[in-house]
Parts: sequence; C-alpha cells; structure tokens
Amino acid sequence: MTNFKTEFIGIWTLLKKELLRFWRVVFQTVAAPVITAVLYLLIFSHVLANHVKVYDNVEYTAFLIPGLIMMSLLQNAFANSSSSLIQSKVMGNIVFILLTPITYLQFFLAFLIASIVRGIFVGACIYLFALLYVDLPMLHPWIIFGFAIIGGALLGTFGIIAGIWAHRFDQMAAFQNFVIMPLSFLSGVFYSIHSLPPFWQKVSQLNPFFYMIDGFRYGFFGQSDVPPLLSLSIVTFFFVVLASITLGMLKSGYKLRS
Amino acid sequence: MKKAIVFKSVKKNFGKLEALKGIDLTIEEGEFFGLLGPNGAGKSTLINILAGLTKPSSGSIKVMGYDVTQDYQYARRSLGIVPQELVFDPFFNVREMLRFQAGYFGKGQENDDWIDEVIEELDLKDKANTNMRMLSGGMKRRALIAQALVHKPPVIVLDEPTAGVDVELRKRLWQFIKKLNQKGHTIVLTTHYLEEAETLCSRIAMMDHGKIVALDKTKNLLKRFSAKNLNLRLDLKGKKIPISIQKFMQNLDYHSISFLIEEIAEVEFIISELKKTKIKILDMELTNSDLENVFLKLTGSKK
Ligand SMILES: Nc1ncnc2c1ncn2[C@@H]1O[C@H](COP(=O)(O)OP(=O)(O)OP(=O)(O)O)[C@@H](O)[C@H]1O
Ligand SMILES: [Mg+2]
Repeated sequence: MTNFKTEFIGIWTLLKKELLRFWRVVFQTVAAPVITAVLYLLIFSHVLANHVKVYDNVEYTAFLIPGLIMMSLLQNAFANSSSSLIQSKVMGNIVFILLTPITYLQFFLAFLIASIVRGIFVGACIYLFALLYVDLPMLHPWIIFGFAIIGGALLGTFGIIAGIWAHRFDQMAAFQNFVIMPLSFLSGVFYSIHSLPPFWQKVSQLNPFFYMIDGFRYGFFGQSDVPPLLSLSIVTFFFVVLASITLGMLKSGYKLRS
Repeated sequence: MKKAIVFKSVKKNFGKLEALKGIDLTIEEGEFFGLLGPNGAGKSTLINILAGLTKPSSGSIKVMGYDVTQDYQYARRSLGIVPQELVFDPFFNVREMLRFQAGYFGKGQENDDWIDEVIEELDLKDKANTNMRMLSGGMKRRALIAQALVHKPPVIVLDEPTAGVDVELRKRLWQFIKKLNQKGHTIVLTTHYLEEAETLCSRIAMMDHGKIVALDKTKNLLKRFSAKNLNLRLDLKGKKIPISIQKFMQNLDYHSISFLIEEIAEVEFIISELKKTKIKILDMELTNSDLENVFLKLTGSKK
C-alpha cells in the first residue's frame, strides 16, 4: 500500500466522476424518475384512495408514498452503476480505470456510493413533491435513513454485477425488465402483502424489495408487516451476499480483464 | 542500468489461438524501443498484458522491478499506456478527463501545471474545454496520449499513437516524446510507419505470429536485414505468389522460396502479402545473403 492520501484521491476522483456523470444528464437520471413516481402517485391515489385501506389510521395516499420513494430509490441505484458500467464497457473507456492503481475494493466503493447518492437524491425529490400533496409523518428518521442506505447499497451492488456481466445494452434492458421491474412491482408498494392470497404472500416473502419497502415504511408510520429489525437483517444479509459476489468478480477481473 | 520492462516466457492463448508463444524481452530504463510486426502479430496483446488489461496464460512481467500482478499498484503507477483503440468518455471535456485520470493515480491539484503543459505540447489548448465527443479523430488520439502522460510515468507505452494524426502534429508529437525520453522516460512504441521506427527507436523487436523473430539495435538490424535472405517454406496449394512480392524472389526450390530482404519493412510486407492471399507459412528462416553486390548497393543508397 502506498500512502493514504494518494489512495484517498484515487477513490474520491472515481466517485466524483461517477457523480458528475449522472449529474450531467440530470434530466434523464433524476427528473424523469421523479416525474414517473409523481404520476404513479397522482393516478393510484386517485383511483384507489377509497378502495384500499391498509393501516387503520393511515390514508392510502400517505401509505403509497414511502413505497414509491423506496421503489424509485432502488431502481435508480441499480440504474446508476449498471448503466455507467455497460456504457464504459461498450465505449471502451473502462480501460481508463483498469489501467490505474485503483484497487478492486476502491472501484466497488466508488460505484456503490455513487449509486446510493443517486438513489437517495431521487427519493428525496419525490418526498419533497409528495409533501405538497399530503401530510407525511416521519416517526423514525434513522430507520428511514438506514433503509435508504442499505437499499441503495444492495441495488447499487446488483447494478455492478449486471454491468460487469452484460456485454450489450439489450442484455441490460433484459435485466431491467425481467428482474428489477417484477421485483419492484411484487414488493407491496401499492398494497400490504397481507391482502394477497397465501401463495403470493409466500412469494413476496422471498423478495428483498418487500423487506426494504416494508422497513422503510415503518420509519414513517411505525407500522409494518414484518418487524423492521428483521427486515433490516434480511436486507443486510442479501447485501453481504451480493457484495461478496461482486468483490469476487472484481478481484478476479471477471469479464473486465480478459 | 535498471530494467524498465522484463517479459519472461510470456504466453497467451485465446482459446485455441496462441497469440503469444513465449516472449522473452528486456527493455532497459531510458530506451526508445520499437515493437514492430504485421497485423495480428501479438503486439497489442503483449502491451495489454503489460498493462494488466489481459492476463497472461503463463510467464511473468515486471515494470520498473514491480510484478504486474503482485505489485500491480506500483507497476501501474510506473506505466503510461496509450491504447490502440480510440476510446473516450463522452461525458467530459479534455481537461476534466485529464484531471480525472491524474486523480486515479493519486495526483491532486499540484499536478494541474503538468496537465496544462501536456495540453500545450499536444496542441489541445483550443480544445481543452471541448467535450471529447466533439473532437476529430486525430484530436481524440492526442487526448488519449495526453491521458497516458498525466501522472508522469517513467515508462510510456504507445500502441500506434500516430494512426490518424496529421504529418505536422506527428512531428510535434515525436519531438515531445523524444524530449520525455531525454528526460529519462523509457519509451516503447508500436507503429506501422517504418520510417518512424527507424528514426526514433534505438532498438527494435520484430514480432510475427506471437514470436519475436528479430531483436537488435535499429542500425544493426537495418544492416543485417539489408544483407539477408528470407527463406520461407510455403503451403501453396496451387496458389500463386502475389505479383507485389515477386520482385523480392531469389530462387524457388520445390517448397522453399528465398526472398532478398533490404529492410525490415519488406519482411512485414512479404508476410502480410502472403497472408492476404491466404498462403500459409510453414517455416521461416533468415540467412546471410550471398548477394554482396546488392548489399553494398543498398547500404550505399541508404546513407
Ligand atoms: N480478446 C481477444 N480474444 C481473442 N483473440 C484475440 C483477442 N485479442 C487479440 N486476439 C488475437 O490475438 C492475435 C494478436 O492480436 P494483437 O491485437 O495482439 O495483434 P497486433 O500485433 O497488435 O496487430 P495490429 O498491428 O493489427 O494492431 C490476433 O490473431 C487476434 O485476433
Ligand atoms: Mg495492435
């Protein structure tokens, strides 16, 4: 190891580059998902407000918002690392990083943190919009924050795996459409899983998105389907598994160094 | 003198293809070294292995004494690589790219003066704040060269740095690289412009089919080659020797054909012409030419 300052500048530069990359196209990377979430909010709350009751003292519109925030946060954390990597690979400019003394751990952390930042930023924008619309309590801010971080980290890591694995943009689109979207929509964003038939309840319980959304929602209302600590443990477990896989891939140079 | 680069029996297979068949090569610190050979000889593969972009199937590589896998951080700090492919990051402008690149190597703002100097020397000043996407091909190439230099690496490797760069700027580029060489940087370059290699490089390795087929001081090589026969055993299968290389032909046995070689360029040319017509080379050897007259004439006209 060389000295701490050079190492720090290395990872900081890569993080800064990753943050600037999405900031340069903020319209696509932030404005677009915020608008989508706000549209969901307007339409679903309007259509379903008088039909669905999840928690006794929580209005449906309020119930919906944390789920939408978390869903967008997760999707954008995934999009950030995966699209950055696939673009760099297709354009070939990934070599600029591979040629440097940046370690695989620094590489991982920089992409991870950038993903978390983008996810939380998108989530925060949706939250601000939602405040115009309903009163939203925030009973346990630290739980909200904790789930935002671990959720962004989990999907950021998943995005790194997808970005390394995919060779082409259409493979990445398949990842989005066949993994991320179903997991997002079968996660209890729009309903409590207790309202599902038993089989689908079981299926939902295998979905890490469900625990992230449920725990995140607990932070707002103090009510959830699963105890928040259990959700946090499950999500952390998923994160540790995916992070280990990712670090293994990066360390071996899988699909990056032929 | 210290050794800048040491390749020890480096082999690389891509599936069944033996891209490198055991390369042993040592490049001293401060050398200006040329790596020549026809398309597909394995030059870029060798450079990518040096850079850590490709993993060798076997063998070891050291840069400034650091093993490229074990001490990769030190090895990479010692290396500036200009890749052959024209790659760029469309999100950023030239100066941003250079600062990022320096940052990855742990260089902070104290390095900005050097970056400005590189921009100036590579004639990118007008374009320093232009997005990489908006640059012409030759400008992108120069930006790529600049990127390799931002951390002042002691060893600089340029994989066809002048492809697509106009004559004027090529001259200027070489002046700059020569200056770096005089300051002690080791330079390794591949090029298909033979005259470039002749005037710049003090030593040259010729590669073909994953092997080094000649390695010597440039002037020795030129001399040696101008007095040599290239004897090839070919798998003709009814194909004709291309007209373009018939003028080099000396005599023709049952299978072995000998060509009179005046300079390195011609070896590459003959091999590539044969390759074009899909004539397989079964064996090759270089022997001293007995055509002394031709030899004298050639060296006479060279000087
Ligand atoms: N990633 C790869 N996968 C499979 N084969 C490869 C790969 N990279 C290179 N090769 C093969 O290895 C051989 C050597 O290629 P290399 O790029 O090293 O040649 P080169 O000497 O740099 O040629 P050029 O002068 O055209 O740049 C070629 O036959 C090439 O097709
Ligand atoms: Mg090449």
